[in-house]
Amino acid sequence: MNWGGWSEFWAMGGYGFYVWGSYGVTFACLALEILFLLKRSHEAKT
Amino acid sequence: MIAAARCIVARDLLLALRRRSDVATALLFFVIVASLFPLGVGAEPNLLRAIAPGVIWVAALLSSMLSLGRLFAADHADGTLEQMLLGAAPVGIVAAAKVLAHWLVSGLPLVAIAPLIALQYDLPAPLYGTLVLSLLLGTPVLSLIGAVGAALTLGLRGGGVLLSLLVLPLYVPVLIIGAGSVDMAAAGLAPAGQLQLLAAMLVVAAAFAPWAIAAALRISTE
Amino acid sequence: MSATIKWFWFASPQTFLPLAGTIARWCAAGAALLAAAGLYIGFFVAPTDAQQGEAYRIIFIHVPAAWMSMFLYVVMAFWAAIGLAFNTRLSGMMASALAPTGALFTFIALWTGALWGRPTWGAYWVWDARLTSELILLFLYLGFMALQAAIDDARRADRAGALLAIVGVVNVPIIYYSVQWWNTLHQGASVSLTRAPSMASTMLAGMVLMALAFWLYGIAAALARVRCIILERE
Repeated sequence: MNWGGWSEFWAMGGYGFYVWGSYGVTFACLALEILFLLKRSHEAKT
Repeated sequence: MIAAARCIVARDLLLALRRRSDVATALLFFVIVASLFPLGVGAEPNLLRAIAPGVIWVAALLSSMLSLGRLFAADHADGTLEQMLLGAAPVGIVAAAKVLAHWLVSGLPLVAIAPLIALQYDLPAPLYGTLVLSLLLGTPVLSLIGAVGAALTLGLRGGGVLLSLLVLPLYVPVLIIGAGSVDMAAAGLAPAGQLQLLAAMLVVAAAFAPWAIAAALRISTE
Repeated sequence: MSATIKWFWFASPQTFLPLAGTIARWCAAGAALLAAAGLYIGFFVAPTDAQQGEAYRIIFIHVPAAWMSMFLYVVMAFWAAIGLAFNTRLSGMMASALAPTGALFTFIALWTGALWGRPTWGAYWVWDARLTSELILLFLYLGFMALQAAIDDARRADRAGALLAIVGVVNVPIIYYSVQWWNTLHQGASVSLTRAPSMASTMLAGMVLMALAFWLYGIAAALARVRCIILERE
């Protein structure tokens, strides 16, 4: 396992913006989809 | 069957003749759009010569797409379309005949005017033949594919823009091969491959699109 | 005396409703586990790439999302065809349920592709054959969703969308190959797009795990959505 510490993890060898920009938007999109589905499911059951 | 097709083509041509302004505006759109590009990108002759095939093709594509609304709308509005669907002739033949009439009125004139636009862009003379041939083969494909979209969006709100969204992604291969053929000729290579590919697309579209259009018309009129 | 398979047992939306819920829950749990495993391998086990440094780690989302975007479109077209052929309501609902998730994966593939392209190729967007085809796939998804949104009658919406999906799926290979040809014709700056075929096995493992995780997530999201559609319509 290669672990160089948190600061190195966030920096990602200088590419932090791109890597975390990708992962961040992805997780945000998936989370939004799940939230929308939960909301729709709640409304459909009423 | 042939008689029914001939009858429908004649009828649609007659109706289009009575509404000459509709046809003329679509052609005018083609010319205006093609004239907008130099205004936008600058009149540098080399640049215009390079983008000419693509611009002419995109303008023809957009003009062809805009005139699709007329394909079924009028007949749908006054109930003639349902009569055609209930009639004896196979719906596929009806669809093919209507698309043929539509292309004769909206697509063929574009092919005729394209050399004038090419003149505006100072396209080298030897390329005119390839350009006209590619449009001649490509515009019927656009009409056939577009007719499927027109049949699906029959009577819907937001019809025209929705139709564009549906149909433009499907137009992409025709555009790429069509404009590509002229680019190949411009580079000094033989455009035969692309033109044959366009011809193949036309054959396949002519064979399968009427069936899809018929299915779409049935879905839309129930 | 042969036992006949009850092909249409679960074709009734009401019968399918509880099954969909159960499958969705299990798939969601599976997706979370696989994603955790995949991300662990991706970030802590897979080595740093020699050429791209740490930026390559975007691959663990980009490639699985792209795979899923294409796979879901085919599945969507499959259910659309079944719905048109057998006139089953549930198949059309399933196709409608798959579209937003598929569109989302397409967007994620494009977004991560752009952010991966910037440090490696120098530009956020390049008219690479695969990125361009992916963009057109997004338009196909959005067109499908727009058409269904514009039609009020649910049955007509299902069947119109189904026809569009089938026409689309037939066109996807044509679009891909024409874009690829176009890309080779117009390739300006030499952009090396194909990764070296030999990928470290840990990288491949991480990618496959994430792909499976996305697949299970896709199933869970689509089934959850189809449950909503069933409840809304029936």
